Amino acid sequence: MNIELRVNGEPRELEVWEGESLLFALRERLGLPGSKNACEQGECGSCSVMLDGKLVCSCLVLAAQAQGHDVVTVEGLAEDGNLHRVQEAFAETGAVQCGFCTPGFVVATADLLARNADPSEDELREALSGNLCRCTGYAKIFDAVRLAASR
Amino acid sequence: MRPSILSRPPSTLRAVDVLSPRSLEAALLLKAERPDAVPIQGGTDVMVELNFDRGRPPTLLNLNEVEELRGWSRENGTVWLGAGLTYTEAMEPPLSELLPALAEASRTVGGPQIRNRGTIGGNLGTASPAGDAIPPLLVGDAQVKLVSLRGERVVPLHEFIVGPKRNAMSDDELIAGVHVKPVSGRETFMKIGPRNAMVISVVSLALRVDGDVHAAFGSAGPVPTLVRASTDDVHTLPERVADAASPIDDVRGTAEYRRHALRVLTKRALERCLA
Ligand SMILES: Cc1cc2nc3c(=O)[nH]c(=O)nc-3n(C[C@H](O)[C@H](O)[C@H](O)COP(=O)(O)OP(=O)(O)OC[C@H]3O[C@@H](n4cnc5c(N)ncnc54)[C@H](O)[C@@H]3O)c2cc1C
Ligand code: FES
Ligand code: FES
Repeated sequence: MNIELRVNGEPRELEVWEGESLLFALRERLGLPGSKNACEQGECGSCSVMLDGKLVCSCLVLAAQAQGHDVVTVEGLAEDGNLHRVQEAFAETGAVQCGFCTPGFVVATADLLARNADPSEDELREALSGNLCRCTGYAKIFDAVRLAASR
Repeated sequence: MRPSILSRPPSTLRAVDVLSPRSLEAALLLKAERPDAVPIQGGTDVMVELNFDRGRPPTLLNLNEVEELRGWSRENGTVWLGAGLTYTEAMEPPLSELLPALAEASRTVGGPQIRNRGTIGGNLGTASPAGDAIPPLLVGDAQVKLVSLRGERVVPLHEFIVGPKRNAMSDDELIAGVHVKPVSGRETFMKIGPRNAMVISVVSLALRVDGDVHAAFGSAGPVPTLVRASTDDVHTLPERVADAASPIDDVRGTAEYRRHALRVLTKRALERCLA
């Protein structure tokens, strides 16, 4: 089937298989591999995107459900060639080891800071509880979130 | 399309059809014509099945565009929750003040991504013994409204859930939503699991004290179950809740632990609500 949607501000039209996820469509049909596929069951958050302004796991959205809707992926966070302040903070604090979880954390953090400019420790932990990192032990990720929030 | 380890062989890719009605009436027409169509709302249960190829329904009925299923309202002293109400919405005031236990339960569901998509209607559709929305709805005397082209019927929630992952819905019906009594006294929800997020409950408990005392537990029997008491015999409630449970040993906990935990949770919930 054919679907039309907005991805990172641009109207896109694509052919999808009816049963496939938005994650699959983004990665394999639209060539946007920033959103990662680690579990395909909502457990890891590495596929996080914004759907109509809400943070969701794109592996749990049917691509066909995105018809007519607005999607922002990690590729859409930078503006005019400048990294988003969350991306900069992750790079500066070295909140990355293998990097597989990073896009999901970046999108979830950008969502948190858009809703809550000065999150408490508990609030940031709760906001990132749907994202898993198998490498860093989270300390530097939380440093990055605090740094981004402070700017 | 680039080659990928995710690619499925094209021969198996034909079987699904997606229908996206824009009104409840259109959805009911489609459901009557295609009774085997599987409704999909937030997709947090359905997509896992699809992604792992555990099921390949011939038709998916996407309910996301059906305006009538969204949101909540007050109706004649009760609260109406549309089937498409998300956990995130259930956590926001003023709804969270009318149904605090549901708000607390919602906050324990998955993580933010899951709560932004997962819905009350989907939790009832799945009818899991561990469904976290169910105990808070049971203590609020929830009445499930089922709709079809034939008309509508209202089924008390405790009759709607008929077994583990089985409910009383017919093939041509959809869940429109539930009517729940707002709390006038106090209520709370507690859930045991290894983390504060992203866990299927080992056991859960909702308690409402408002005139009478209503307790409902999850993950400790084939279906979430309601136990009633009067305020005079609350001291026997922890034991009665444990007795009403028929838990099993599984990977998340033993039957013995679950019974014990239910006693403890009931005691704590009573302390919280009677304080
Ligand atoms: C990572 C993760 C964590 C989770 N954590 C929890 C948790 O902590 N607690 C918990 O209870 N659940 C949890 N779940 C399960 C799930 O999120 C919930 O059951 C949720 O309420 C399902 O809602 P949905 O809208 O996504 O349902 P969907 O997946 O869209 O549908 C679920 C079922 O309901 C049916 N259905 C949906 N809407 C209707 C309708 N209007 N009429 C008729 N049938 C309908 C569907 O056909 C399907 O059978 C989790 C899931 C994931 C992936
Ligand atoms: S790939 Fe979507 S949550 Fe893990
Ligand atoms: S850096 Fe490897 S999973 Fe997070």
